[in-house]
Amino acid sequence: MNEGEALGIVGESRSGKSVTMLSIMRLLSTPPKHRVTGDVQFGDRNLLKLSAAEIRSLRGSQVAMIFQDPMTSLNPVLRIEKQMTEAMRLHLGLSLAEAKARAASLLQRVGIPDAEERIRSYPHQFSGGMRQRVMIAMGLACNPKLLIADEPTTALDVTIQAQILELVKQLKQELHMAVIWITHDLSLLAGFADRILVMYAGQVVEQASLHDLYRNPRHPYTIGLLQSIPRLDQQRQRLQPIEGMPPSLIDYPAGCPFRPRCQFAIDACRTIDPPLEAMSDNHQVACWVKPSGQDLLQDPQSKLA
Amino acid sequence: MQTPNPNNTLLSIQDLKVYFPILRGIVLQRQVGWIKAVDGLNFEIHRGATLGLVGESGCGKSTTGRAILQLQPPTNGQVYLEDAELTGLTGEPLRQMRRRMQMIFQDPYASLNPRMTIGNIISEPLEVFGIGTAIDREARVQDLLHQVGLSSEFRDRYPHEFSGGQRQRIVIARALALNPDFVVCDEPVSALDVSIQAQIVNLMQDLQAKLGLTYLFIAHDLSVVRHISDRIAVMYLGRIVELADSISLYENPLHPYTQVLLSAIPIPDPDVEAVRERVVLQGDIASPINLP
Repeated sequence: MNEGEALGIVGESRSGKSVTMLSIMRLLSTPPKHRVTGDVQFGDRNLLKLSAAEIRSLRGSQVAMIFQDPMTSLNPVLRIEKQMTEAMRLHLGLSLAEAKARAASLLQRVGIPDAEERIRSYPHQFSGGMRQRVMIAMGLACNPKLLIADEPTTALDVTIQAQILELVKQLKQELHMAVIWITHDLSLLAGFADRILVMYAGQVVEQASLHDLYRNPRHPYTIGLLQSIPRLDQQRQRLQPIEGMPPSLIDYPAGCPFRPRCQFAIDACRTIDPPLEAMSDNHQVACWVKPSGQDLLQDPQSKLA
Repeated sequence: MQTPNPNNTLLSIQDLKVYFPILRGIVLQRQVGWIKAVDGLNFEIHRGATLGLVGESGCGKSTTGRAILQLQPPTNGQVYLEDAELTGLTGEPLRQMRRRMQMIFQDPYASLNPRMTIGNIISEPLEVFGIGTAIDREARVQDLLHQVGLSSEFRDRYPHEFSGGQRQRIVIARALALNPDFVVCDEPVSALDVSIQAQIVNLMQDLQAKLGLTYLFIAHDLSVVRHISDRIAVMYLGRIVELADSISLYENPLHPYTQVLLSAIPIPDPDVEAVRERVVLQGDIASPINLP
């Protein structure tokens, strides 16, 4: 990932999206309960090898995360002010007065009116959309280089979702910050991401630039996702769902994890899990068949409206 | 989606209002105001048609559904199912009418009793109304499971063994057990994964075509509502601000709120998104306690 890039991660519940991010942030409890292997490079440091103190200084200051549920991720018994200034005093070494002033200006920035007043409020005095703004303001407190947003709008109304998306887009541009946006909704990313990663059953099955992914997806799962969402601007007679259910990660199937639901499956899919192969510089797919999504999505019937 | 016959009204609603009192005080409660959750709705649904009801949280969509089924007694107004007035019915006559209207809830995890087997859950409505013998009911359960695309072996299992999509199928089977005319679907797919949503939407459309069901489809996702509905009503703060057939609502939204709602829905196409104009609403929805 590059500086200032927007990466979208798409997948169903339990496909491993959030766990990936939690392990980047090293928020999963460490062995013996879990096993995290591999490398996570941030700048020139491997996040998985850092000591607890090093990762703590990185969290919040370089990498910030906003969570799905703004209702439960704020502490209900502390004023917004206290919660916001805590990280700033720790990471930026600001005095209380400086931190307060900065917190108020951040709240202003994310679109909370009367920020100087509202900062004295408790979380329950804010609506869901406002709380998510507070979360974003907290995330921005220390000018992070990377903001990880884990389904930040799933619990919110569509109109509020549009506001939040617009806000993050603006902030990304102004602060030149990289954003990872995790969601289960492909349509949300169409106006936002530069690059999209599709996850299925704990694996990346396709990775492509925005246009390649929507115009010419090559993994049957991505194609299926695009076919199964009803579009507001098109009238379709019938949706084409992906039949079946995602596999259980306890009883993981041999071969390709998508094989039981895949209409293109061939014999090889049964035994060998396909590796992620590069189609072009910016497009990787893990599939033996790689059907052409371009042709499949050109459904003349769908253009009726 | 057939064109409904104009004389074929199944459900009609006139000036429906549901107000909740705002109380203050612990022992001596006094009423200090009203929350106008639903404020004067009028609409009709034709037999075999689907009316979509959209709006943000707290705009009174679900209360409307509940008030139609008399689960929440309306403060004012009339609800007619064909020629029978539902408002004001109590006791046995109301219970008999309930056979004809059913509800599908949003959360399939909360709407199935975890201690009952699937077979018992689906046959309970039949038992309550004393329909058929035990053997008949058994056969009906098998038939219903088959209709919603589940194996009849599932009838001895418990809800926790099923995924969200399968549970929603079970909820649908239970709602269909009494052959209702009218089904209120309160956000039936919003708790499900995207790839499963399409399965359930298709199932609901197939069942509608086969059994001639009439739906009131409540949701906040306009793209799904547009797909399944013949007509769409947009609610804002307890009132319908626009009611139109689903194509003209999208092509030519008249009310500014409808335009905002439409522009907030993302479209899965980067080229379309790049050129779209977005009307972003400033601020939050007004509180129904303190109407502007």
